[in-house]
Amino acid sequence: MTDTPFVQLQGISKHWGASLGVDNLDLSVPRGAFVVLLGPSGCGKSTTLRLIAGLEEADSGRILIDGRDATYASPAERSLSMVFQSYALFPHLSVAENIVFGLKVRKIARDDRDARLKRALALTGLEGYEDRKPGELSGGQRQRVALARAVVADHPLCLMDEPLSNLDAKLRHSVRQEIRALQRRLAMTVIYVTHDQTEAMTMADMVVLMKNGRIEQSGSPAALYKRPATSFAANFVGSPPMSLLPGTAVAAVTGHFPDPEAVTIGLRAESVRLAGTHDAIVHGSVRQSEFLGAETFVVLEMPGEGTLTARLAGEVDLSPGSSVGLAWDWADVHLFDRESGNRLPGLSDPAAWNKSAPSGEVASTAPGSCAAEQE
Amino acid sequence: MTAGRSHETRRYALYGWLLLTPAVALMSLFAFIPAGATAWASLFSRGTNRRPAHFAGLDNYTQLFADPTFAKVVTNNLLYAGVTIPVSTAIALGMALWANARIPARGFVRAAYFTPTMLPMIAAANLWLFFYTPGIGVIDKIAGLFGFGPTNWLGQPDTALWAIIVVTIWKESGFFMIFYLAALQTIPPDLHEAARIEGAGRWTYTRRVLLPLLMPTTLFILVNALINSVKLIDHLFILTKGGPDNASKLILYWIWEMAFSYFDAPHAAAMTVLVLIVLGIVAAIQFRVIDRRAHYR
Repeated sequence: MTDTPFVQLQGISKHWGASLGVDNLDLSVPRGAFVVLLGPSGCGKSTTLRLIAGLEEADSGRILIDGRDATYASPAERSLSMVFQSYALFPHLSVAENIVFGLKVRKIARDDRDARLKRALALTGLEGYEDRKPGELSGGQRQRVALARAVVADHPLCLMDEPLSNLDAKLRHSVRQEIRALQRRLAMTVIYVTHDQTEAMTMADMVVLMKNGRIEQSGSPAALYKRPATSFAANFVGSPPMSLLPGTAVAAVTGHFPDPEAVTIGLRAESVRLAGTHDAIVHGSVRQSEFLGAETFVVLEMPGEGTLTARLAGEVDLSPGSSVGLAWDWADVHLFDRESGNRLPGLSDPAAWNKSAPSGEVASTAPGSCAAEQE
Repeated sequence: MTAGRSHETRRYALYGWLLLTPAVALMSLFAFIPAGATAWASLFSRGTNRRPAHFAGLDNYTQLFADPTFAKVVTNNLLYAGVTIPVSTAIALGMALWANARIPARGFVRAAYFTPTMLPMIAAANLWLFFYTPGIGVIDKIAGLFGFGPTNWLGQPDTALWAIIVVTIWKESGFFMIFYLAALQTIPPDLHEAARIEGAGRWTYTRRVLLPLLMPTTLFILVNALINSVKLIDHLFILTKGGPDNASKLILYWIWEMAFSYFDAPHAAAMTVLVLIVLGIVAAIQFRVIDRRAHYR
């Protein structure tokens, strides 16, 4: 792995008439990394991928692949492969013919072609299916054929556009691991598009969270989980998503709180615990509880507004409507600016705030606000 | 037990026949019985008042094969089919690929291509009659600009059949284009993108992916074009009436003339039977050969 990024987007924009595609995007993908573009539908992640593939042409900006300017190169010249959401297998060709389609087009010698086919079939566990037509395969097998077609040419870069969305949940889990193993084994650089945060968190070296054609936050899955840069990131990453409460809801019960009107409070489910009457910071009423075996997620309605999800170990029997006391460490609380959604410095010592700061003055002028760092 | 079972089977059989009855009745009345009657009639001599029809075996057929007009008409029809079928199919494919691409005024282009199909053949033939008129027709006007003299396209044996062929191709291509267009819409754009990423150019994609996927449609169009090359004779009535000197006479027109101008029903019947047999054989071959190469989803 060298220091120069393998794929680099510099100020890439792509607009569809008035609607937004991708807006002034900068992105660096290190060589050999598994990078996941994550975001809700319409956030521009697929457009970004198609721009890298060369299936769309950028309105402005530059695309560098392996140090070469590929902004106006045709897809074939970018030496990359792609796995489509629909797999895009040629229905009239057999599995083997599908896999070697590109090699044949590029006039690779027959011996070489056969050797590569054999290897790709072995890598994806498709031996014995060479002569089947895609129509005779299951969804999982088709997905493997698409993967085999992507790895057969040994391209250093592989793009994947929601490759698992047509598989059932159980298969998705195992294919996730297989794709990751394959990527490591072949030392491919993979750029992977998904709207499923679980896929992003479990597979990625680097997650690029997108919203409205811009990058909301990028970093390792752990960084996104532990320090979401915005309330959007906090709510999108993690299962269940981080509970977001208006500052006023907490201020109402704690008495003191820095500028409750201007902040949103974020709490991970695992940060919330049940508490007795003395320790409880707030009391909430149980809306529903989801028992998952090792843990139970309890959704609670807060006295002011909003809901809070708490992750409790084992089976917890709480009937809906009952009132429970809740507590958390103030260090686990994430604070976001209510207007912009940007992250604010945490409440490392709320006790100090409670004493020194009269409510309504502190947070808006907090030093070292993250807002500036985000752009 | 077995009695009950056979009772059940018979009941289902009865249901089946009841459901089939309307179709069988209609098909028999308008297709099977006339076809059988035609085949039967072709085995008898032509009856007159003094000499009633008698069984003649295959006499009508042997006479046909000896008839130079029949030979001429068959040759005409083979040439007509041999040119109109591939040319109109190829043009239809070309137009469909063009009209399916991202071009300005796509809807207008499609409608324009389809217009000939919407016109009745009689009306279209009348239109072309004006195009072909020697001296004052559009074609001669344009030819005149380049210094060519007037040509009687429909009136001379060398060009009459070709003039008819052009009208047929013009009429049929737009119709076949619609089928290709419909088939093209069912091919997901992903396939083209995947092919592009794999390094395939437009021509490779067309040859290796598009044409194979269009094969079922092509088969359908070829069969239809074949049937039309025998069936479609409306324009002959307007344009040439088969002349001059049988130069543009097609087999169905000849059958019609035989039956209703010369009142020689047995010979007309014999020709009809021959046409049916040939069409059946060709259609069977087409399905056999192309079916193996066609991919159905």
